Amino acid sequence: MKYHDIVIIGGGPAGMAAAVAAYDAGVTDVAILDREETLGGILKQCIHNGFGLHKLGRELTGPEYADVYRAEVEKRGIAVYTDTMVTAVSPERVVTAQNRTGVLTMQAGAVVLAMGCRERSRGALNISGTRPAGVYSAGTAQKLMNCEGYRVGERVVILGSGDIGLIMARRLSLEGAKVEAVCEIMPYSGGLIRNIVQCLEDFGIPLYLSHTVAEIHGRRRVEGVTIAEVDDKRRVIEATKRYIPCDTLLLSCGLIPENELTRAAGIPMDPVTGGALVDEHRETAVPGIFACGNVLQVHDLVDYVSDEAEIAGVGAASFVKNQKAKRPVIATKAGNGVRYVLPQQVHADGSEDISLFLRVTKPFGKVRYTVSAGERVLATANRLKAAPGEMEKITVGRDKWQGVAGPVTVSLEEL
Amino acid sequence: MKRNLICIICPRGCAMTVEGEGNELTVTGNTCPKGKQYAIDECTHPMRTVTSTVRVTNRQDTMVSVKTAAPVPKDSIFKVMERIRATAVEAPVKAGAVLVADVFGTDVIATKSVE
Amino acid sequence: MYDVIIVGAGVIGGMLARELTRYRLSVCLLEKENDVACGASKANSGIVHGGYDPTPGTLKAKLNTAGVEKLFAAAAELHVPCTRCGSLVVAFSAEEDEIVKALLERGLINGVKGLSVLTGDEARALEPALSPDVTSALSVPNAGVVCPYQLTIAAVGNAMDNGAALQLNFEAVAVSREADGFTVTAADGRAVKGRYLVNCAGGHADQIAAMAGDGFFTLIPRAGEYMLLDKAEGGRVRRTIFQVPTKEGKGILVTPTADGNLLTGPTATHVESAESTETTPAGLETVARLAAKSVPSVNFRQVITSFTGVRASVAGGDFIIEPSKTVQGLLHVAAIDSPGLTCCVAIAEYAVGLLQSMGLAAEKNPTFNGARADVHAFRHMSNEERDAYIKEHPDYGKIICRCETVTEGEIRDALRRNPPANDIDGVKRRTRAGMGRCQGGFCMPYVMRLISEERDVNMTDVTKNGGASKQLKGRI
Repeated sequence: MKYHDIVIIGGGPAGMAAAVAAYDAGVTDVAILDREETLGGILKQCIHNGFGLHKLGRELTGPEYADVYRAEVEKRGIAVYTDTMVTAVSPERVVTAQNRTGVLTMQAGAVVLAMGCRERSRGALNISGTRPAGVYSAGTAQKLMNCEGYRVGERVVILGSGDIGLIMARRLSLEGAKVEAVCEIMPYSGGLIRNIVQCLEDFGIPLYLSHTVAEIHGRRRVEGVTIAEVDDKRRVIEATKRYIPCDTLLLSCGLIPENELTRAAGIPMDPVTGGALVDEHRETAVPGIFACGNVLQVHDLVDYVSDEAEIAGVGAASFVKNQKAKRPVIATKAGNGVRYVLPQQVHADGSEDISLFLRVTKPFGKVRYTVSAGERVLATANRLKAAPGEMEKITVGRDKWQGVAGPVTVSLEEL
Repeated sequence: MKRNLICIICPRGCAMTVEGEGNELTVTGNTCPKGKQYAIDECTHPMRTVTSTVRVTNRQDTMVSVKTAAPVPKDSIFKVMERIRATAVEAPVKAGAVLVADVFGTDVIATKSVE
Repeated sequence: MYDVIIVGAGVIGGMLARELTRYRLSVCLLEKENDVACGASKANSGIVHGGYDPTPGTLKAKLNTAGVEKLFAAAAELHVPCTRCGSLVVAFSAEEDEIVKALLERGLINGVKGLSVLTGDEARALEPALSPDVTSALSVPNAGVVCPYQLTIAAVGNAMDNGAALQLNFEAVAVSREADGFTVTAADGRAVKGRYLVNCAGGHADQIAAMAGDGFFTLIPRAGEYMLLDKAEGGRVRRTIFQVPTKEGKGILVTPTADGNLLTGPTATHVESAESTETTPAGLETVARLAAKSVPSVNFRQVITSFTGVRASVAGGDFIIEPSKTVQGLLHVAAIDSPGLTCCVAIAEYAVGLLQSMGLAAEKNPTFNGARADVHAFRHMSNEERDAYIKEHPDYGKIICRCETVTEGEIRDALRRNPPANDIDGVKRRTRAGMGRCQGGFCMPYVMRLISEERDVNMTDVTKNGGASKQLKGRI
């Protein structure tokens, strides 16, 4: 099983910032696992600007912000596994993933969860009516438009005035589609005020607060939606129903932190944030497992995601360093034919290979060195000769150290 | 004239009021000088940054995201889009490269690299 | 000229096609949609009914009791998800207690084994989530659940592997009877000839019968709305929980599905046609309210999707499985509402028997193989199994649908093996890609790309379910 000091699940803005912070905090054996072909996460499709003013002092688009961090990751030589989907995390910090080469299992000194979030679907909203083509969550439409270059619709109604919906209202308008309306079930908008200005007002798109989509029409493709005002309990007021012809319904009704892996690992969750319960280091209740970014709480600015990820990255690095410091100390001893062994003590918990250096008591011909812990042989090495003037080195691989408790002896026998 | 508006320069979205005539405009409610300038511009010659995508012709279904390097007049947005839509590029493209030059006083540049 | 033409590739038509390929017969399945299982076969409760419900002496009763074991056997052969989880029919009053006892009696007459009546407390001991108001329950240990659309797809696929033909997007507009057989003509002009014609057209069986000159029955379309909940709710109950049946039907049930979700529904409302598959606020509210009556703790915040199926019901209430009295060579297998799914294998065998009595010579097909190759669904495989399989088939290493753990390899396979998927919903039904929590939010663009590659069509021509259901409006 491979070992990394820190394994980060998700290579979006949270994962990248956590990786860089952990590295800079002194733990350099960091690996990022991401399910897509390149790092950047959701930023790859957020082609609009508004990112980085707080964190980087300049206004950038999503891809540019991602590029800044990707460059930092590359500069440090942090290990990156792309096209790799994590399928499980255990409380003991074993991470299971798979990609086209097979199933990978990794033992992590610490894990940082940075899986981001998903969008609330039509099914979860219980919008009744038919189930035609043309109903999209705003993020899926965004991906198809911005990354692959496809038009998702010509006449669009958007449900939900969260930022993704507002941004897509502008995007669709710029590409020549007609956005008929944005409906928001609450009496206030969920998005940044400036997006109301630059995405709706700029394009003359009406925003109907306290409104929802009551029904979807159209058999194969959306033909229209019935919108309606809602009361203070957010129930449809029948008399206000009206039909808007359209061919596309975009849903921007909330983001849900993607915590399947977290729950499966038995990590305690906060039902209000939808993410894990964490302390000031963003460590969850399971030691050594940290969380940051949208998987922990839904953010509105990626700048704050980066800030939070740095806390988690530093926290994960401290955890690893503390764990290493707490490891039991094992003494090394010189056995038969060996004058001394250096280092005289090791912290051996299986996280790294350890080389032992020695000098022999007198000249020998062919010898076999044996490194043993009681009855258990950790390593052997054959040499054609041995001399007191020539220092010898024997490397014992990390998995051999696992479970070693007592003193380790290096001895030789003549062959 | 008196106009209330929301600043779009940064996520704070300060609510501002602009009063006055012609060149004699006063701004209240801003919390920074950029906001004040935005308010004045918005009343005299509103500007917007346009972000969009350009097709990469030698890659399958690949778009390169672009932006106007500087804001353009708000009433030119759709003309800028026409220029962008009429443009295609071939990979490799480097982030920052000018893809459409001289568009309403600025350039349209790539915001990502494509190998 | 085919030996047998079957109109309708739902679970009944599919199973019949499979049954017919056990013999040396040429079979052609005609289906008006862009895929099989697009009618009620994809939108029902997925229940394998115990057999206590049908009126004794009816075709339903006869085929249900025998049909249960045949269905589980076929599902196993075809690698279709099914669970023999058992069911409880719960009562909430002394009056309903009597109905439960009557169901037991009826079950005994119908030859159902293993039935017993439990007290409310005994029922709650088995199912702690049951309402405290449950007064008694009929226990039906032999019952279970099956995935109805996977069963249809597998049956059709197996039939095709054994030589049956499938024509999709074949909407029959005319049926003519000549000396040597039938000609069925499609709206697009295609025509298929066959010596025998079987009417398995589900919600349109009355129209097909009329087209063939034997329109002696009229179907009454009754819609049933459902809400499907996240797998996190899948363990809320272990058995299917029925309420006592009424004239309208078996009532709202709460059941684990064969794939581990929780399903609630169906309602029973009269609708205009078999195409009236909208969900309604009133219908969904009824499902929630009545499901909560049986299992108060169902967490409806975990609903991931809702849908409606339309039953092909008839006034008489029994299956119409009989040779036409006026048109020689025409066999009706119609009005197959509940327990049609349970009976599908028994119906297929019965129908073959009827065809033989109508003169169809049926010699055994020595090359028939009733087993279907496993689809290697990764969500069922251990890490070791996955690793080994990926080394041989790297496409299975790439997970496309995170929520249901569906790999690229499985999706490509679904687009290739009989019957190949042609659209997004077809891939979804075969692989479960898009059936999870995010309902395709992440995986849909990837699925579309795979359809585009495997079908050699432009992304802009990829549809949700055929016809005018294109997802995209063009390129930017």
